[in-house]
Amino acid sequence: MALPLEKYLRVGKLPHIWCPGCGHGIITQAIIRAIDELGLDTQKTVVVSGIGCSSRAPGYMNFDTLHTTHGRAIAFATGIKMANPELKVIVITGDGDAAAIGGNHLIHAARRNIGLTVICFNNNIYGMTSGQYSPLTPTGSYASTAPYGMVERPFDLCELVKGAGGTFVARSTAYHARHLTNVIKDALKYDGFAFVDALSQCPTYFGRRNRLRTPMDMLNWMRDHAVSASSWEKMSPEEREGKFPIGVLVNQPSRELTKVYGEILAQARKEAGANA
Amino acid sequence: MKEGKPRLLLGNEACVEGAIAAGLKFFAGYPITPSTEIAELCAQYLPQVGGKFIQMEDEIASMAAVCGASLAGVKSMTATSGPGFSLKQENIGFAVQAEIPCVVVDVQRVGPSTGMPTSAAQGDVMQSRWGTHGDHEIVVLSPSSVLEAYTLTVTAFNIAEELRTPVILLMDEMVGHLREKVILPDRSELMVKARPKPDLPPGQYKPYADYGDPAKVAPLAAFGEGYRFHVTGLTHGEDGFPTNNPDVGARQIKRISEKIASRKKDLPQPEELFTDDAEVFVFAFGGTARSAKKAVRDARAMGLKAGLIRAITVWPFLEEPLLRAKAKKPKAVIVPEMNLGQIILPVKRVMGDACPVIGINKVGGRYIEPDEILDAIKEAILGGSAS
Ligand SMILES: Cc1ncc(C[n+]2csc(CCOP(=O)(O)OP(=O)(O)O)c2C)c(N)n1
Repeated sequence: MALPLEKYLRVGKLPHIWCPGCGHGIITQAIIRAIDELGLDTQKTVVVSGIGCSSRAPGYMNFDTLHTTHGRAIAFATGIKMANPELKVIVITGDGDAAAIGGNHLIHAARRNIGLTVICFNNNIYGMTSGQYSPLTPTGSYASTAPYGMVERPFDLCELVKGAGGTFVARSTAYHARHLTNVIKDALKYDGFAFVDALSQCPTYFGRRNRLRTPMDMLNWMRDHAVSASSWEKMSPEEREGKFPIGVLVNQPSRELTKVYGEILAQARKEAGANA
Repeated sequence: MKEGKPRLLLGNEACVEGAIAAGLKFFAGYPITPSTEIAELCAQYLPQVGGKFIQMEDEIASMAAVCGASLAGVKSMTATSGPGFSLKQENIGFAVQAEIPCVVVDVQRVGPSTGMPTSAAQGDVMQSRWGTHGDHEIVVLSPSSVLEAYTLTVTAFNIAEELRTPVILLMDEMVGHLREKVILPDRSELMVKARPKPDLPPGQYKPYADYGDPAKVAPLAAFGEGYRFHVTGLTHGEDGFPTNNPDVGARQIKRISEKIASRKKDLPQPEELFTDDAEVFVFAFGGTARSAKKAVRDARAMGLKAGLIRAITVWPFLEEPLLRAKAKKPKAVIVPEMNLGQIILPVKRVMGDACPVIGINKVGGRYIEPDEILDAIKEAILGGSAS
């Protein structure tokens, strides 16, 4: 018997490459569930990714899928959306992919408000290359390139995208699988640039080095440190210490880029016709 | 746009008009002298023909967006110069590997680095060939007039679409910023190839089919047409999915090289002038070929048997005219180029020790004058007695 979500998967390409206990599968499932619950047209949905463990997800997903170069998924997706604004373009990226090598594309896509749904599988580490620190590795955590503890300060991805002019910003975690699905649904419904910081766990390269011995320890850490956006609003700076908000953090609709450009097209054609 | 009437056009402008005539519908770029007019004119003209323009945050993003748009089914192009061309290289490699048709214009300027941004050079001959990583073939075309900037841009799109590969239009500041009187061919005389469409339904369609004949390239479906296919820069099988199988990988890498190597005869062949009875050959391309042509004509007027081979396809290197020249046991082959000696390397390889291969090299922005080439022709034919 086919499982209800099986039609969204390329079953023949399984098993996936992810380690046991990895959170990336949970987030992939949340995306697929969101697509299913919204009834998106699978023929008109394109999934684009960069390079990393997270970026392997589209290969298992039964859509038009594009696995690009490290950090550049959003830029490839920008070309797709501009060329055919009718397509629903989803970007799957990692924290290194999105915020280190691809940080520039992330902030510019947010600034442009181009209609992409970007979901960052944020495991605070470079998984694919075996555990080097990323711009999301917390200060003091250990990584293969931070053997004495991370000395740099991390980004808050949601604040980063918000600061760049992001009009829809949300966060959830692999622990909050149902909540994550709902947040992704909201992002997919949003007409503009939508960013979701989806916290994932990397037991192999982050957990083991950072006294979170099992995947469950990592998931429980998410449970214990996440606070709903509404509660977060009411908390004092002291209460917020060490915690992070989940839910939709920014929702300020603004005109989507390809729609604005569509108006330019109509105007330019009219003028060209008038001059002919 | 007015075809059939004489017009005064800039090389970069002719390139844009050629691109639009070829069906360009998407341009992504980042400003850099001496290519910027191409972006500016695309921003202006594309919306008038239902095309899209976007100025990206850098050249890496521009090349990425071009690949994305092409996969969404539209003819796509970007334009840049040396430093920006370097930034594009990783994603040019992606387009090679994933077989994404697109055109990349490099209007060369003096380098390395910021060099002399407004001055002419031909220093990217090797970057255009080997700028990206890994084994690959790449098609590089170089116009030497404004009219050719137009026609060769159309050809570049045709090759890109037919062979599913990025094509580099290697311009130089001389041609890009040259204003010439041109009569553009009538659109009805122009051969414009549409992108071949898959003839198999989704499910049976193989985006990277291997037909056993490298000259045969699988058609490319567009995203959103229902094929639901996968594109990756990882080495892949015929279905487009990654593989670690060394045999499948080797076959794929060889196939995308051979699809270009096996089509040398279909690429723009060199222009030849007085090569039948020449004793000395000048081998040139791009803007420098203009001086070379004048030098060869001047030599003929003096009764000196000089001939010109002008490469229009720079890569893959088309050896045939040089092999014919070699058979004639020439006195010399003269290779003028605005760099310290790049295209001379394959010329030397072909000529072996059949005759001296003499470079005329200039960097710093000064053009190679016809007389400098003429002097070399005289020297080669008349020996030390040349004055
Ligand atoms: C240009 C380039 N630089 C470096 C790499 C090597 N690389 C591959 S994946 C990766 C990091 C991936 O980490 P992240 O984006 O956090 O995703 P994860 O694997 O953790 O899901 C790196 C550095 C590459 N493929 N390309």
